[in-house]
Amino acid sequence: MARELTRRERMKLPRQEMPEQDPAARAVNFEEVNLGLSAEAAVAEAERCLLCAHPTCMEGCPVGVDIREFVRLVAESRFDDAVGVIKRDNSLPAICGRVCPQEEQCEGACVLAKKYRPVAIGYLERFVADHEREHGGPDITPVEVKTGKKVAVVGSGPSGLACATDLIKAGHDVTVFEALHELGGVLVYGIPQFRLPKEIVRTEIDQLATMGVQFETNAVIGMIDTIDELFEVEGFDAVFIGVGAGLPRFLDVPGENLIGVYSANEFLTRVNLMKAYAEAAETPLLDLYQKNVAVFGGGNTAMDAVRTAKRLGAARAMILYRRSEAEMPARAEEVEHAKAEGIEFMILVAPLELEGNDAGWLTGVKLQRMELGEPDDSGRRRPQPVEGDVFDLPIDAAVVAIGNRPNPLIQKTAPDLEETAWGTLVADPETGRTPKVGVFAGGDIVTGGATVILAMGAGRRAAASICEYLDSGIWEKTPDIPEE
Amino acid sequence: MNRVIETRFLAPEVKYLRIEAPKIARKRKAGQFVILRPNPESERIPLTIADGDPEQGWIALIVQGIGKTTKTLNLLEAGDTIQDLAGPLGMPSEIEQYGTAVVIGGGVGTAIAYPTAVALAAGGNDVIAIIGGRSKEYVILESEMAAVCAEVYPTTDDGSYGYHGFVTSKLTDLIDEGRKIDYVMAIGPVPMMRAVAEVTRPHGIKTMVSLNPIMVDGTGMCGGCRVMVGGETKFACVDGPEFDAHLVDFDLLARRNTAYAAFEHFRREEFEAARECRLAGTEVS
Repeated sequence: MARELTRRERMKLPRQEMPEQDPAARAVNFEEVNLGLSAEAAVAEAERCLLCAHPTCMEGCPVGVDIREFVRLVAESRFDDAVGVIKRDNSLPAICGRVCPQEEQCEGACVLAKKYRPVAIGYLERFVADHEREHGGPDITPVEVKTGKKVAVVGSGPSGLACATDLIKAGHDVTVFEALHELGGVLVYGIPQFRLPKEIVRTEIDQLATMGVQFETNAVIGMIDTIDELFEVEGFDAVFIGVGAGLPRFLDVPGENLIGVYSANEFLTRVNLMKAYAEAAETPLLDLYQKNVAVFGGGNTAMDAVRTAKRLGAARAMILYRRSEAEMPARAEEVEHAKAEGIEFMILVAPLELEGNDAGWLTGVKLQRMELGEPDDSGRRRPQPVEGDVFDLPIDAAVVAIGNRPNPLIQKTAPDLEETAWGTLVADPETGRTPKVGVFAGGDIVTGGATVILAMGAGRRAAASICEYLDSGIWEKTPDIPEE
Repeated sequence: MNRVIETRFLAPEVKYLRIEAPKIARKRKAGQFVILRPNPESERIPLTIADGDPEQGWIALIVQGIGKTTKTLNLLEAGDTIQDLAGPLGMPSEIEQYGTAVVIGGGVGTAIAYPTAVALAAGGNDVIAIIGGRSKEYVILESEMAAVCAEVYPTTDDGSYGYHGFVTSKLTDLIDEGRKIDYVMAIGPVPMMRAVAEVTRPHGIKTMVSLNPIMVDGTGMCGGCRVMVGGETKFACVDGPEFDAHLVDFDLLARRNTAYAAFEHFRREEFEAARECRLAGTEVS
């Protein structure tokens, strides 16, 4: 048995590589890039785990998955048991196995990472979740609603889904409200098919529905019901707000309203949610075939947008970023994948003006060459203009992917919620409690744009706090959260 | 799914759809819109709510069949369903006691102007309606307007009914007659709204327009509906759709609305071809 290997021998085992679609092939299709490990490879990878007495990987997980235990079970080929262990803390393993930044979390904290390469925890999480789904899915039974308490979850993205999962398990009556016509929030409108197939999101949400979570699409909370009406008219006992950071930021340069300038939200929503890439799509998108497309930004959303543009046939699909590659917030894997697909990286440039023709169509961008100066508040070296170094780049379309602000739709109709200077909601980071009794919040609406797993962590902490509140009826004053 | 409970054509290609939507009917205010998709494959399109009854739980939409989605909507009959319907969205019309208010509707724009006329009248204003169409059959909601307005002036471009001329000419006449006008609401094609803004600007009459830019989500998420108002970028879906006509950059709106003209043309042709095939098939059988 492999388990007879010594610690030293296990450390020497090579890390399994993720099989990928060939870069040339995938650059023109929307199929998933990563293909997933085989069962043999998964077992071999799991055997690399040292089963540390004090597993640091688990400290790196925002939702506290029992990583050591699930990896141990994979090594024993007990895949269904392994996924069961994950699901105690994370209801969306097929999603997190794909989109979590493991290198900064569990894998970054793996003891092997210091001298060797970390155990591929993300690949294993994905493998066991996919294995379960491909073998008939889990045995899910409806949870008995027994507390008589009703909770409204606003937003069906990662924080809302995680919150709803824990609430239904606790026996509460849970309804999730989604503004769009499809469930999943950023998982369906934002993250592209080639990185997270929509069918996987659908399956994981269907499992929640089977457990008894009710879902209402086309329900724009703030408009159809205010938060107060959720309590007074709809009879909810608690409300969780997990609506994400949905208002796009633009560059604030002249020419931003030319035709051909998209926010990343609009571009990705048209392609992902509305399936504008499909031949028969009824939602239009500008024809990018053989066109030059510039994406402003250096995060994961920028990578998603530029790789999407490439797949839509762009001649040049370019990242334009004002710092250097080292400062890019995108995951290394996404940057590598993008480069392999032929994405051009133009670093240390900042747009001064978007230029257009008389009909109002984008034709180019005036760019300022930048250099790195002293570190700024974020610790990253501050980009500063290189005097006199300005040049034009012809482009047919631009996608602005420089982040989102919170959408004020709910706050506007609930004045007793508090906002920070950035428009995020004030909520206790440990409990999600807002200054409004019975109202909790978590995810990007509180933190500003972050990751799927951090939002899920916030959703889970809020769920625990909601249960406590519904049980005790005690609402302690939220401690004042200092504004930075 | 939302059930259609009554339909009728008000003008060629302009259909009235009464739809079961109890919650929206209870919440909606004049000036607000819904986003809908007739089918699971459809595009999301915004349509201003033309009417509604909170007691009976319905809203009415008035749809001009222009593109594939609106033409698909216009095929619906009572008993059919609409896949997705979200709303109410956008800011309601600002209703104050202005005094004398003129509500101007151009073509199907009258459908959008109607609820605001109702609200203005209920708010204690003397409301005058000017409702225009290319010719008589395109003038809609005259009797409905007459029920809430002190005066209703239908206008036609060809003189086949009512006042012969554009809505702006009628408005100019009223101003020239020395009528005291405190507020104007104009809704219709972009050139019409721009023309109304130019008529009222020299007189300093507060003038509002309801803008119809291209939208996707309707909740502020995509920014596709951005318009320039007073030199600032606004999102029509959450900041509007109604804005001060004297501050709106109509050129930009008109240009941005052409973004998908080629695509829309293609889908429309395809839709018409499919409809002709179906009709031909019916005749044969």
